Amino acid sequence: MLRYLARRLAASALILIGVSVITFGLTFLIPADPVRMIAGRSASPQAVENIRHQLGLDKPIPVQYMNYVTKLVQGDLGRSYVQKAEVSRLIESRLPATLLLMAGAIFFEILIGLPAGILAATRRGRLLDRAVMIFSFAGVSTPQFVLGLLLLYVFANLLGWFPLSGFGTLSHLILPALTLGIAGGGWYSRMMRSSMIEVLHHDYIRTARAKGLSGPKVVLVHGLRNAILPVIAMVGLDIGIFMSGAVVVESVFGWPGIGQLAWLAIQRIDIPIIMGVTLVAAVAIVIGNLLADLTAPLIDPRIRLR
Amino acid sequence: MKPSPIERIIGLAMSAAVLMSPAVAAEEAKRGGSIVVSYKDDIATLDPAIGYDWQNPSMMQLIGDGLMGYKMGTTDLVPDLAESFTISEDGLTYSFALRKGVKFHNGRELKSADVKYTFERLVNPETQSPGQGYYAVIEGFDEMVSGADGLSGVTTPDDYTVIIKLTRPNAVFLNVLAMHFSSIVPKEEVEKYGADWGRNPVGTGAYKITEWTLGQRIVFERNPDYQHGTGPENVPYLDKITWEVGQDPSVALLRLKKGEVDILGDGIPPAQFVEAVENPEFNERGMIVENPMIQTSYVTMNVRIPPFDNVLVRKAVNMAINKDRIVRLINNRAVPATQPLPPNMPGHDGSYEGYAYDPAKAKELLAEAGFPDGFETELWSMNTDPNPRIAQAIQQDLAQVGIKAELHSVASSVVIAAGGEAEQAPMIWSGGMAWISDYPDPSGFYWSILGCGGAVPGGWNWAWYCNEDVEVKAAKADAMADPALAQERVDLWRSIYLEIMEDAPWVPLFHSRYFTMRSARMAGDAVLYVSPTYIPMHYEYLHAKDAQ
Repeated sequence: MLRYLARRLAASALILIGVSVITFGLTFLIPADPVRMIAGRSASPQAVENIRHQLGLDKPIPVQYMNYVTKLVQGDLGRSYVQKAEVSRLIESRLPATLLLMAGAIFFEILIGLPAGILAATRRGRLLDRAVMIFSFAGVSTPQFVLGLLLLYVFANLLGWFPLSGFGTLSHLILPALTLGIAGGGWYSRMMRSSMIEVLHHDYIRTARAKGLSGPKVVLVHGLRNAILPVIAMVGLDIGIFMSGAVVVESVFGWPGIGQLAWLAIQRIDIPIIMGVTLVAAVAIVIGNLLADLTAPLIDPRIRLR
Repeated sequence: MKPSPIERIIGLAMSAAVLMSPAVAAEEAKRGGSIVVSYKDDIATLDPAIGYDWQNPSMMQLIGDGLMGYKMGTTDLVPDLAESFTISEDGLTYSFALRKGVKFHNGRELKSADVKYTFERLVNPETQSPGQGYYAVIEGFDEMVSGADGLSGVTTPDDYTVIIKLTRPNAVFLNVLAMHFSSIVPKEEVEKYGADWGRNPVGTGAYKITEWTLGQRIVFERNPDYQHGTGPENVPYLDKITWEVGQDPSVALLRLKKGEVDILGDGIPPAQFVEAVENPEFNERGMIVENPMIQTSYVTMNVRIPPFDNVLVRKAVNMAINKDRIVRLINNRAVPATQPLPPNMPGHDGSYEGYAYDPAKAKELLAEAGFPDGFETELWSMNTDPNPRIAQAIQQDLAQVGIKAELHSVASSVVIAAGGEAEQAPMIWSGGMAWISDYPDPSGFYWSILGCGGAVPGGWNWAWYCNEDVEVKAAKADAMADPALAQERVDLWRSIYLEIMEDAPWVPLFHSRYFTMRSARMAGDAVLYVSPTYIPMHYEYLHAKDAQ
């Protein structure tokens, strides 16, 4: 177990280095000049070069990268070109909102996906099964900004049950979390359904039924425990999916998370913020995958870590 | 309130949609109340030396004041933190007598040393101010940029006198002083906050910042000590202004209808534009506000890239593009342009008709230039709506006369970079990055975008146009700093732009009209919501009908 963990951690570190190299490289492939965006249109060529020099952007890219990484290992993500504030502080102030949104989204996708999947599996081929599958298909394929605006229009604008946008109370969280959660829930219901159908064919289920257990008990006690495994493994992976979904959903709902910060930075080629947000997102995805791998043996002791 | 020339022009341009607003304006404005303004993007910074986008200049003008300002809704310069000023005969020395008793939000009195500090901070290369270049005319600028300690051209004989020496006479220097970059800041606060100064701004202005929650809201409250406004006694009217950021424009519109938002900071979202502007209820209640901007959108033709080195080709392109159709394409949110200067700018020639749409004549000119069958070229544009659609319309018009233009729709920063390369982009549609004047003076449309100084790598003169004769005249016009020469100077600028149109480096396409929405409780002229001098809004004069 420990050896496995160490190996996974080492691999994760390599992934992060790879991500940082690629992100850094990509920002220099953009045929635009961040310095000119900072210097403004009244700047003389000399003023532009001055700023380039101050930011160290006149050095070769590998040197710039090494400087960046040297600071990074000391926990310094640099300063925003436009906002001038420290990137770590900007991210720190926005990360909790994004994490909260993710937690809400995971809550909803499980709340929607698992029961729907179980119901569909136990009524396989019948009307309820078909209905669940159609809804899950719709949930998965609806673009998030469409779904978000639709929910906003109906539940916040027409019915007035929720605030139109903002942050702060539980009622602010529900619609954006639901927007992310519906798509996830669609996936989960399908996964849960097929997993449950497979499990219900096993001998021990037949045994359980044979010894006279009630239908729901068989499904929930004997079936669920085994069927839920592949589904739980997905939750870790969702963190990555939500990181990208958050950018869209945050902008629809005025949610003050890192997606919003990234969007602002991309518009202004604020490289330090783009780098910082990408790294944080990469870390989240790596952690999510790690969690997925580590939780599996806890739920199913048959899985051994090598 | 006497209508200024600007307001009269605006009156002419007003559509039926805003004919309601004069009635609203007739009401007595009351002090008090609070409003909510929505924005999609968070505010980048409120450091007056740094902030330079659509959102923050007018906010920074609430926090701080400069030596000069503008009279409400006009382009008339008035002293602000200065009580009075004199300009020497040779136009090189400006002496400002500061108002006494003006206090920063931290309680300390403003003194001349603060003015000197502000200018030195602005010019100091370490500050990286995008406004630095505007102040290049101050003596000692070059020395300080190359590392000198102070700015020798700004001196302070006593606590309430500031003398600024220039290296050459400059007719727009007072306009430059009214820009937010030179809002006077207190050194102790700037140093106290360091990198976070941009989020903790302190000035002498009508409002203080009381809350900034990143990604959510910024709140300004009235500064009770503010007494030096350039307008009537009871200005500013509002007690509190809240900007809610991160608001999707469509959602903000829903919130405005519900009364949760008072002004759409980003304007009416394009998808809901027609529906909103034609909504009888909105119009009846005066909720749609519209005004022309001091703005021109244009197509540049790079005079260094053949065949655009041939003036006949450039004129032909001018005649080939159907501006009226493009204006219709964007739901009439603009008026067609004939020249670089917009109609609400002194120096605009209302009698000049420019190059009328005439594809047949364009083909003749092309044949005369040696391209009877047209030629192939590239048209670059920014990739956000409506710009790709406009670029396509231009492409179709050009195809009519045989010019095959390949479209390059890319991010604005990429267009800007391409335009700054001598031989990269033959044609650029400037939409979305179009020129909004920094100050209401005809020179604002020349130096960076049509002058020789802008035709350098990394410059903004994307046509790479440089006419020595025009350059000499422009320099002469801007040296006419004596107020008595003001009219002569405007006349000279008018002739300069007509001369440029003879060289036809641009196709001036349209001047945008800006539409936004306000809640029914908001009052005042449309000009306050689309101010020519306080972009985008003149917050100090906004008021609510329900204020007590």
